[in-house]
Amino acid sequence: MATETTDAAHGAEAASPGMPQLDFSTFPNQIFWLVVTLVVIYLVLSKVALPRIASVLAERQGTITNDVAAAEELKQKAADAEAAYEKALADARAEASRIAGEAKAEMQAEVDAAMVKADAEIAAQTAESEVRINEIKAGAAEAVKEVARDTAKEVVAALGIDIDDKAVEAAVATQVKG
Amino acid sequence: MEGDVVQMGAYIGAGLACTGMGGAAVGVGHVVGNFLSGALRNPSAAGGQTATMFIGIAFSEALGIFSFLVALLLMFAV
Amino acid sequence: MAEQNDQSASRAPAFIIFGLVAVAFIFGWINSKGAELSFHPMDQFEVKRFFGKGDVGTFTITNATFWMALSVAGIALLLVAGTRGRALVPSRFQSIAELAYGFIYKMVEDVTGKDGVKYFPYIMTLFMFIVFSNFLGLLPLSFTSTSHIAVTAVMAMAVFLAVTILGFVKNGLGFLSVFWISSAPLVLRPILALIEVISYFVRPVSHSIRLAGNMMAGHAVIKVFAAFAAIAAISPLSIVAITAIYALEVLVSFIQAYVFAILTCVYLKDALHPHH
Repeated sequence: MATETTDAAHGAEAASPGMPQLDFSTFPNQIFWLVVTLVVIYLVLSKVALPRIASVLAERQGTITNDVAAAEELKQKAADAEAAYEKALADARAEASRIAGEAKAEMQAEVDAAMVKADAEIAAQTAESEVRINEIKAGAAEAVKEVARDTAKEVVAALGIDIDDKAVEAAVATQVKG
Repeated sequence: MEGDVVQMGAYIGAGLACTGMGGAAVGVGHVVGNFLSGALRNPSAAGGQTATMFIGIAFSEALGIFSFLVALLLMFAV
Repeated sequence: MAEQNDQSASRAPAFIIFGLVAVAFIFGWINSKGAELSFHPMDQFEVKRFFGKGDVGTFTITNATFWMALSVAGIALLLVAGTRGRALVPSRFQSIAELAYGFIYKMVEDVTGKDGVKYFPYIMTLFMFIVFSNFLGLLPLSFTSTSHIAVTAVMAMAVFLAVTILGFVKNGLGFLSVFWISSAPLVLRPILALIEVISYFVRPVSHSIRLAGNMMAGHAVIKVFAAFAAIAAISPLSIVAITAIYALEVLVSFIQAYVFAILTCVYLKDALHPHH
């Protein structure tokens, strides 16, 4: 009996809070303070926090945009400078190649002239040399004939055969020719 | 002793109500799994649909929460 | 040198947290002599007078008041004091504040469209209050204001009434076309309209119970596992389970605040553009 009553009392005590969420006596309190809290948060946010964050974000966005624009400008400048440099380089290259071409043509002309001159000289010398060689050749043939004739005369004489010069000469001439 | 029977029924009911949460778990898993399989097929479109996925999760989870609430009511309020 | 200072500064909070955990552990161990298994998962949700004992009147300062005030203080600290520098390159607090702002602003803009942006401060208020209440409720020995149906129901009803009134003010009776799905076949439309009407009026219920239920369930589960820690044999398992559930609750705290805010945006979109 006693245990039952204490059990019941204990059970009642444990059950009386039950689910605190369904304890309607605390609802007005919670709702009141919730409304106060939300109003305070709303005021803090809408009066101070959100405009400030928005302005900071806008400022940052502006700065970034400006910086990007400035960077774009600098990039444009760099591109211009590069283009100018490229142009100067191309001009200088063209000038250099022109000068080189001129010098080359000049040199070519000189070389050609010198070649022509040298060719003429060489041709003249060659002609002269040919004349001399022909002379020498003729001389040599004559000398061979003479030596052959003389030798033949001597040989004939040595053999003791009497023969006239004309025959010897004719024989030698046919031999040399043949 | 009569009160005990009522309480027993309430507790059994609470336990049964809790099985509803399994359904919510299946639902949430289904939502996220389908989102992922779609997202992996077309990752570029996935970013914009994350919010939709969360809304879907919230709806299917709410039903599990309802069954949990029924369990709690049976345990403490009945 | 500066890097070293930075590291030691970032380590200090970790040491403080470990110290607190150790103290709590020793305290609990001393108190647990002769303790038996006792479940009080719902005790943490009790609304009590903050000073002294007695009944709770409408204007009494209760623990709910205290934790709501703390969330106001936290919001002010983060969003007002944190952005005081107005730095072009933000500090940590300022970057969190800007992140929160950008997150909610983008959500409102994406979901409700350009004309919904003027309701952004209201949604930001709801989101910040819920997220701070949820996270403060995760502190040991704290009270979670958002786990109370009274609190979430007031917010959900406020959203519901505001959206409904706004819908009628903006569109007149054209707002009723939100129930009349013109893309459906004509035969089905009355049935769909009935379903739409029912689901429209269930909105505040699900909107409020989802948040309160999630918060309540998570905290009650932590408490249930905490009660198991009184048995020495399974206390390690219980502590691991508490850690895991706690991590889940951190996630849920944020996601529920996000879901509340995004559903508000969806309802607002219905009010501004009722035609499907």
